[in-house]
Amino acid sequence: MNDKLVIMTGNEAIARGAYEAGVKVGTAYPGTPSTEILENLARYPGVNCNWSSNEKTALETAIGASMEGARVLTAMKHVGVNVAADPLLTLSYTGVGGGLVLVSADDPGMHSSQNEQDNRHYARFAKIPLLEPSDSAEAKDYVIYAFELSERFDTPVMLRSSTRISHSRSTLQLGQREEKEIAGFEKNPAKYVMLPGYARQRHPLVEERLLALEAEAELSPLNRIEPGTGKMGVICSGVAYQYAREALPEASFLKLGFSHPLPKNMVRQFASTVEEIIVFEELDPFFEEQLMAMKLEIPVRGKALFGLLGEFGAEMIREKLLGHKEEQIEVRPSIPARPPVMCPGCSHRGVFYTLKKLKLKVMGDIGCYTLGALPPLEAIDSCVCMGASIGMALGMARANPASAADTVAVIGDSTFLHSGITPLLDAVYNKAPITVLILDNSTTAMTGHQEHPGTGTSLQGEPAPNVELENLCRSLGVKRVTVVEAFNLSHLQKTLKEDLAAPEPSVIITRHPCVFLIKDFDRPPVVDEDSCTGCQVCMKLGCPALSFKDEKAKINSTICNACGLCEQLCRFEAINPAGGKAGD
Amino acid sequence: MKKTDILIAGVGGQGTILTGRIIAALAIAEGLDVKTAETHGMAQRGGSVITHVRLGEKVYSPLIPPGDGDILLSFEKLEALRWLPFLSKKGTVIVNTQELEPLPVLTGSMEYPEGILEEIEGKVSRLIAVDALSVDPVTENPRMVNTFLLGILAKNMPYEMEKWLKVMEEEIKAKLVDANKKAFMAGWNLQ
Ligand SMILES: Cc1ncc(C[n+]2csc(CCOP(=O)(O)OP(=O)(O)O)c2C)c(N)n1
Repeated sequence: MNDKLVIMTGNEAIARGAYEAGVKVGTAYPGTPSTEILENLARYPGVNCNWSSNEKTALETAIGASMEGARVLTAMKHVGVNVAADPLLTLSYTGVGGGLVLVSADDPGMHSSQNEQDNRHYARFAKIPLLEPSDSAEAKDYVIYAFELSERFDTPVMLRSSTRISHSRSTLQLGQREEKEIAGFEKNPAKYVMLPGYARQRHPLVEERLLALEAEAELSPLNRIEPGTGKMGVICSGVAYQYAREALPEASFLKLGFSHPLPKNMVRQFASTVEEIIVFEELDPFFEEQLMAMKLEIPVRGKALFGLLGEFGAEMIREKLLGHKEEQIEVRPSIPARPPVMCPGCSHRGVFYTLKKLKLKVMGDIGCYTLGALPPLEAIDSCVCMGASIGMALGMARANPASAADTVAVIGDSTFLHSGITPLLDAVYNKAPITVLILDNSTTAMTGHQEHPGTGTSLQGEPAPNVELENLCRSLGVKRVTVVEAFNLSHLQKTLKEDLAAPEPSVIITRHPCVFLIKDFDRPPVVDEDSCTGCQVCMKLGCPALSFKDEKAKINSTICNACGLCEQLCRFEAINPAGGKAGD
Repeated sequence: MKKTDILIAGVGGQGTILTGRIIAALAIAEGLDVKTAETHGMAQRGGSVITHVRLGEKVYSPLIPPGDGDILLSFEKLEALRWLPFLSKKGTVIVNTQELEPLPVLTGSMEYPEGILEEIEGKVSRLIAVDALSVDPVTENPRMVNTFLLGILAKNMPYEMEKWLKVMEEEIKAKLVDANKKAFMAGWNLQ
């Protein structure tokens, strides 16, 4: 029964759309808010999906699948497109075989990201079409449309989602899968071999394609004018359309679903029916600047009203445009914040405790362990992008050789495999005596525990070859490689001191599975209140299972996972094992 | 039918997403339009999380504008206070009075706020406060806090019990359905 309404997140809908479009291959590296796209696509029959080491390899794998003639979808978070930008910009020249759709999931408001870049610019930069769904039903339909567009115009297509599309649920109807035959690769060097001579022949085609795509966007059912009763005309795309629609029931709308190249004739036609245009777009003035360049005869307002920052909502229009502020309940000021924390039993905690204790400069990276920057651990001094920690530690040593004695790079296992290998190679090659800590918790924890090439399992949960990090580092030329049990703080401290002093690059792999992967815990330790002096050393761990009440440490046994760190730190033997297993 | 805006607040890991999913599935079964907006990613590591659920004839934005919410269902006391500005003054708060101390409180740098319930009571039209952990079967199984509170919410909405139980069967993993239904019924029958 296919006419039944179902409810799906945007990510589930994107996966469904790909399935219905006959997609044969799916690739991705995880990243909020895009992660569930591939996880869902992998559950459909007839689609070969794999996690990639990073977004660049994900796109390159997609390009190969496309050249072989298969429809292929690759998904990534907004900053992932930076990593994949190199193949993307030339893929625009080669065009595709089977349809290729790249999903970019942006994160206005930075719910789970290090920046809020507006990836619509990438579509313009790469001169490829951009589709922006505004709910789950459109997400599914637009993916199907995107594949047809990709093949008809010989172009990769970018579909841009955002947190409020990917992680919102709304209704849609399911359709049937349409099987697509794989055409097979056809040799065509002038199309696929981007030597300068061939690339020069392709570039004019890219420009012609862009004009043809603009003509297509003028006619596309994804772009529509919704006439209203007022004099105001609103131009918007994506989830911003929903916010504006809610707040402005009388306005006319130009809803852009196929939003690059901009259908300029349609914009002019729309402008002729209203007296003022409001551009309601999150982040950058992507449409607004193009409208300005068109020199319309009516006023255009956008960023002057709504600004460039964060995510929007219906209330923003009511407030900034209509001057109506909803009466709001006010609560007392200074409510204690509840930031995310490392879990009780997290294998990263003791590492940061040790780094702080040794007063080291810590070049950080991205993952659950970035939480080591927050109080009380406060042990991370930088976080830029995935893989940056190692290169930055190298740069410090280049600038000031003495800094290698008190600087470490800290990087997770998934992040190391994503983009930490090449900077480590740089350090070896350039004889920089840096110290790198790889926090190996056998999973990609931050994004919800995805498999990676070092976990020994595939996306489908099947056994897979498992790269051994210590051998990998040795093969890059690192001679000092030590594996340390992540909870053995004295071993870690000793190794750190030796490696920081050593005149060569060194790697310390702290190893212990993520607490989410462990099923069998010891019983939580107990505090002997008579021995507890209230020194609060254990509180420096920032463990949510520990608290300090009435001058004594307390252990919350319902959430403690008995990692034993607090026992190790207590000099008064006030925290002692209870013995036995948690389930006893 | 008038639109109903429900906010589900809690601490990462308490099951706000599942609860929102159940309400959404019920809305569809009732022929309503529905949208949700959820917190995934980093905040799920023990941070403050919120799920928006909006139902009605036609729903545009998945986000409930501050001041618009009809019901705030909070799985933890402090979180109810934090998200209160999203509720209308005519709104209802259903709150588990359990205190989960956030890190600044655990480390002793801040106090867990006193007088939360009194403050909420004075600012909204209705407050239902329950210590979920003191009620069977949540006492033995604290993971059922969410479906227990859902039972209280459901009792205050115009849909039949059987329909709720049916969507729970569809949305919850088979081996957990019975335990969740029991917790739901404990909430539904609470008086
Ligand atoms: C280019 C890019 N891709 C993806 C992400 C999302 N992301 C952040 S950290 C991370 C991986 C974390 O895994 P790991 O390094 O193993 O650390 P853990 O969370 O397990 O501690 C991912 C996928 C990102 N920030 N940037």
